[in-house]
Amino acid sequence: MTVFSAALGSVGLTPANASGGDMVFAPSASEFTLDNGMRVVVIPDRRAPVVTHMIWYKVGAADEAPGESGIAHFLEHLMFKGTEANPGDTFSQTIAQLGGTQNAFTSYDYTAYFQRIAVEHLPLMMQMEADRMKNLVLSDDVVSSERNVVLEERASRVDNDPSAQMRETYAATFFQNHPYGVPIIGWRHEIEDLSREDALAFYARYYTPENAILVVAGDVDEDAVRGLAETHYGVIPPRDGAVTDRRRPREPEPVAERRVELRDARIAQPLLQIGYLAPSYTLSDDATTPPALDVLAHYLGDGATSHLYRTFVHERRTAVSVGAFYNGSSLDHGGFYFFAYPAEGVTSQELEAEIEAELARVLADGISEDDVERAKRNLIAQTVFAQDSQASLARIFGSSLAVGEDLSDVQQWPSRISAVTADQVIAAARAVIQPHRAVVGLQLPQAPEAPAPADG
Amino acid sequence: MTLTLTPDAGAEAAVNVVERTSPSGLSYWHVADSTVPLVAMRFGFRGAGATQDTDGLEGTATLAAAVLDEGAGPHDALAFQTLLEDNAIRLSFDASQDNLTGELTVVADTVELGAELLSLALTQPRFDEDAIERARGQIMAGLRRELNDPEAIASRLSSETFFPDHPYARPSRGSLESLPTISTGDLRAYHQRALGRDRLHIAIVGDIDADGADALVDAAFAGVAEASSLTTVSRIDVPAGTVRHQDLDVAQTVIRFAMPGIDRDDPDFMAAFVMNHIVGGGTFSSRLFKSVREERGLTYSVYSYLAVRDHAPFIGGGASTRPERAQETLDVIRDVLSTFVAEGPSEEELQAAKDFLIGSYPLRFDSSQKISQQLVGMQLEDMPISYMAERAALIRAITVDDIRRVAARLLNAPLSLVIVGQPLT
Repeated sequence: MTVFSAALGSVGLTPANASGGDMVFAPSASEFTLDNGMRVVVIPDRRAPVVTHMIWYKVGAADEAPGESGIAHFLEHLMFKGTEANPGDTFSQTIAQLGGTQNAFTSYDYTAYFQRIAVEHLPLMMQMEADRMKNLVLSDDVVSSERNVVLEERASRVDNDPSAQMRETYAATFFQNHPYGVPIIGWRHEIEDLSREDALAFYARYYTPENAILVVAGDVDEDAVRGLAETHYGVIPPRDGAVTDRRRPREPEPVAERRVELRDARIAQPLLQIGYLAPSYTLSDDATTPPALDVLAHYLGDGATSHLYRTFVHERRTAVSVGAFYNGSSLDHGGFYFFAYPAEGVTSQELEAEIEAELARVLADGISEDDVERAKRNLIAQTVFAQDSQASLARIFGSSLAVGEDLSDVQQWPSRISAVTADQVIAAARAVIQPHRAVVGLQLPQAPEAPAPADG
Repeated sequence: MTLTLTPDAGAEAAVNVVERTSPSGLSYWHVADSTVPLVAMRFGFRGAGATQDTDGLEGTATLAAAVLDEGAGPHDALAFQTLLEDNAIRLSFDASQDNLTGELTVVADTVELGAELLSLALTQPRFDEDAIERARGQIMAGLRRELNDPEAIASRLSSETFFPDHPYARPSRGSLESLPTISTGDLRAYHQRALGRDRLHIAIVGDIDADGADALVDAAFAGVAEASSLTTVSRIDVPAGTVRHQDLDVAQTVIRFAMPGIDRDDPDFMAAFVMNHIVGGGTFSSRLFKSVREERGLTYSVYSYLAVRDHAPFIGGGASTRPERAQETLDVIRDVLSTFVAEGPSEEELQAAKDFLIGSYPLRFDSSQKISQQLVGMQLEDMPISYMAERAALIRAITVDDIRRVAARLLNAPLSLVIVGQPLT
C-alpha cells in the first residue's frame, strides 16, 4: 500500500491524536457487488458538484503472453477508437462537450479508464463506458496508425532518455522470472508485431464485468450509484467459463547479487540504486511484514529528516540526495529500494559501499522504539492530506481492490501501521536487506573521469 | 460573494470566496470548508521570481526559495524540518520566472505552529552555509540530470530564442556556471529586496473560520517588510520567424514553436483563449491532435498553449516525432494553423469548445488545495473574485467571427522555431 506514500502528500492528524489505532481512512467509502460479479466502490465527497468515474480492469502488462509485450497498453489506446453506437471519437467528443476530462493508464496489474465531470453526466458516462466494455470496433487502418502513436510514445518516454532505458534494464535484471521485468509499454520489436487480432483477443478475454471494478468518487451517495450501476453495467453478462486465473510466474529466492551498469554519453549526473525483492501486501507469508516495511522505508529514507538523509546529506556530505521507498502495492512481489546521488568528488562505488555499511550497522544495532513510533505517527499523519482529493481517493481504492485487497484493508491501513513494533521492523529489514539479494544499478557518464559536457 | 460553479448545468454547490482584510491591513481571499480537517494556504509575491536575478547570478531566486525552509530563527535546518515533519505541516516555496510563491498546509490544530514557522522562514531565514550548499548541490544535480535530455535542451533553447536579451531568456533555476557563484550575501540581498507586503497575495481555504484566518494571516505575514524594491522588467514580444536548430543524435526530434500572444486585459483575450483550445489546447479534441496524432500517427504528444506571463504574452506549442518525419510534422502543424486562419472554426467546433471550457471549470475547485491554488493564481493575474461568476458568460459570448478575427491577428505571424535532433530533411 505504498499507494499512500506515493499518491498522497501529507495529512491531517496531529501528533496528539495520531496514534492511528482507531483511525479509519476515508470512512465514508462503501462497497457492493452487482449480480454479474462487478465490484463497486463509492466514495462520497459533496464539496463540488463533480464526480470521478473510474473503471479498473484486473488485467495489466504482467498478464500478457510471452512475445506480446505491450498488448495491454496498446489495447488501452485502442479503447478510444469507438463502438457501433458511439463510432470514432464520439465518446471523447461527448466528454469534452460536457466539460469533462478523461484519460487511461496501464500498470502491471491493472488497466484503468476514468472521466472527471459534472455529476449530472454520470449516467451517460456509465452508459458509454459500459458500451465500450463489450462493443469495441477496430479497423486495420486505425490499429496501424495507433501502433505508430505508441511507438512514438515509447520513443518519448524511453528511447530518448537513458534513465528510462536504465529503469527497463534494471527491472529486467531485478525480476529473473516474473513478467514485472518486461516493460509495460512493451519492447519495441514486439510492439511492432502487435495486431488487431491480438488486441481483440485480449479484449474478449479480460474486459468483462466480473473482471472489472467500478469506483465513483465525488458528489454521489451509495444508493444513487447502485441504481445507475445496475442499469448500465448490471445488464452485461459475465464471461462464460473459468474465472480469470492470475497466477503468474513467480520469482525464486535470490541467491546472487546482480549489478547493472549503464554508461552513456548523455548521462552527466551519476545515480546509484540498490533494490531487494520484498513481499507485498497481497503476497506475503505473514501480515506484519508489509506494514513493517512501510515503517522501515519511512524511517530510513522518506524526506529531509530521515536516517539516511541525515547521515549522508547532512553529516557526511557524501550524497546530494538519498532516499528509500517500499513498493508493497503489487499483486505479486514487492520491492524495497534505495537511491542516491553522490556528491561531487565522491564516486558512486564509494557511496554504495558507505550506504551498504550503514545499512549493515542499522541491521546489527536495531532501530529504537522512539524512532519507530515517530515514523508510524508521521506515516499515518500523511493520510489526511490524501483525503482532500476525490481523484486521489478513487485511485487508492481502485488500485488496491484491483490487486485483490478489500475496502477494509485500505480503511484499516492506519491501524495496521499503528500496530507495527520495533521488533517487527528490524525483523523485516533483516529478512529483506541482505547482500546476496541486492540488485545494484549504476548510471554513469561515458568516460569514468571525464567532466560532464558543458554544452548540451 | 457566492458563486455557483456550474451555472449552465444548474448544479447548486458553491464556493464562497470572501475578500477580507486582516487587522494588520493585509488583504486576502478566504473560503471556509470543513469537509476535510485541513487548512490550505497559498501565497505569492508578485514579480519576485527569477526575473529579479542579476545577470551572472541566474538561479538566485530559486536557490533562495529552496533555502527559506532550511532553517530560520532559532531552528537550524534539521530542527526546522523536524518540527514540520513531526507536526504534519507542509511548507514549501517556489520561484517561477514571474513570482515567488509558497504553500502552507496544516491540520486545523497545528495552524498556529505552522504560521509561526512560516513567519520565521519569511522574516528570519538563517541562510546557513551548509543549508545553502545542500540546496545548491541538489539544484545542480537536477540540472546535470537533464543536461543532455532533448526536451530540457529544447526548453532552454526556447527561452533564449523566443525572448532574446530579456530576463525570460535566462534559466530560472540557473546554470552549472552561475549557481556556484551565488553567495550568501546575494541570497540575503534578494530576500531583502523581493519580499514585501505590497506584492503579497494570499488565499486560505479549509477548516478555518474568518477570525482564525485573520489570525493566521497576521501571524504569518505581519512581520514581512512593508515594501519591496524590485527591478523593472521590460516587455518583450516573441520575434517572428527565428529558427534555431541544435544538432543531436536522438531517437525522437523535439519541435517547439512560439509566436506573439495577447494581453490578459485585451478585449480579444477570451476569444484567443477559446481559439487556442480549438487549435491545440484540447487533449483528444484539438485540430493539432487530430491532424498530427490521430490521422497520421506522427506523435504521441502535440499541443499549443496561450501563455500569460507578466512581461511576454505568447502562444507556444510543440511536438516530438521520429527524425525522418520531423519536417512532415512541422509542415502539418503549419498547415493546421494556416487552414484555421483561412477558414476559422465551424459553429459546432466553437460550441464544443465553449461547452468544455465552461463545463470543466468546476473540476478546478474540488479540493481545498486546488481551490487555494486557483484563488492565488487569479490574484497574481489581477483577476477579481467576480471573474469566477462572469467567466461563463464571457466565453458564451464569443462568436465564430471573433475567433476568425483573433486568428487572423495572431496565427499569421511566422513561427519562431526550436528544433532539437537531426537536421530536418
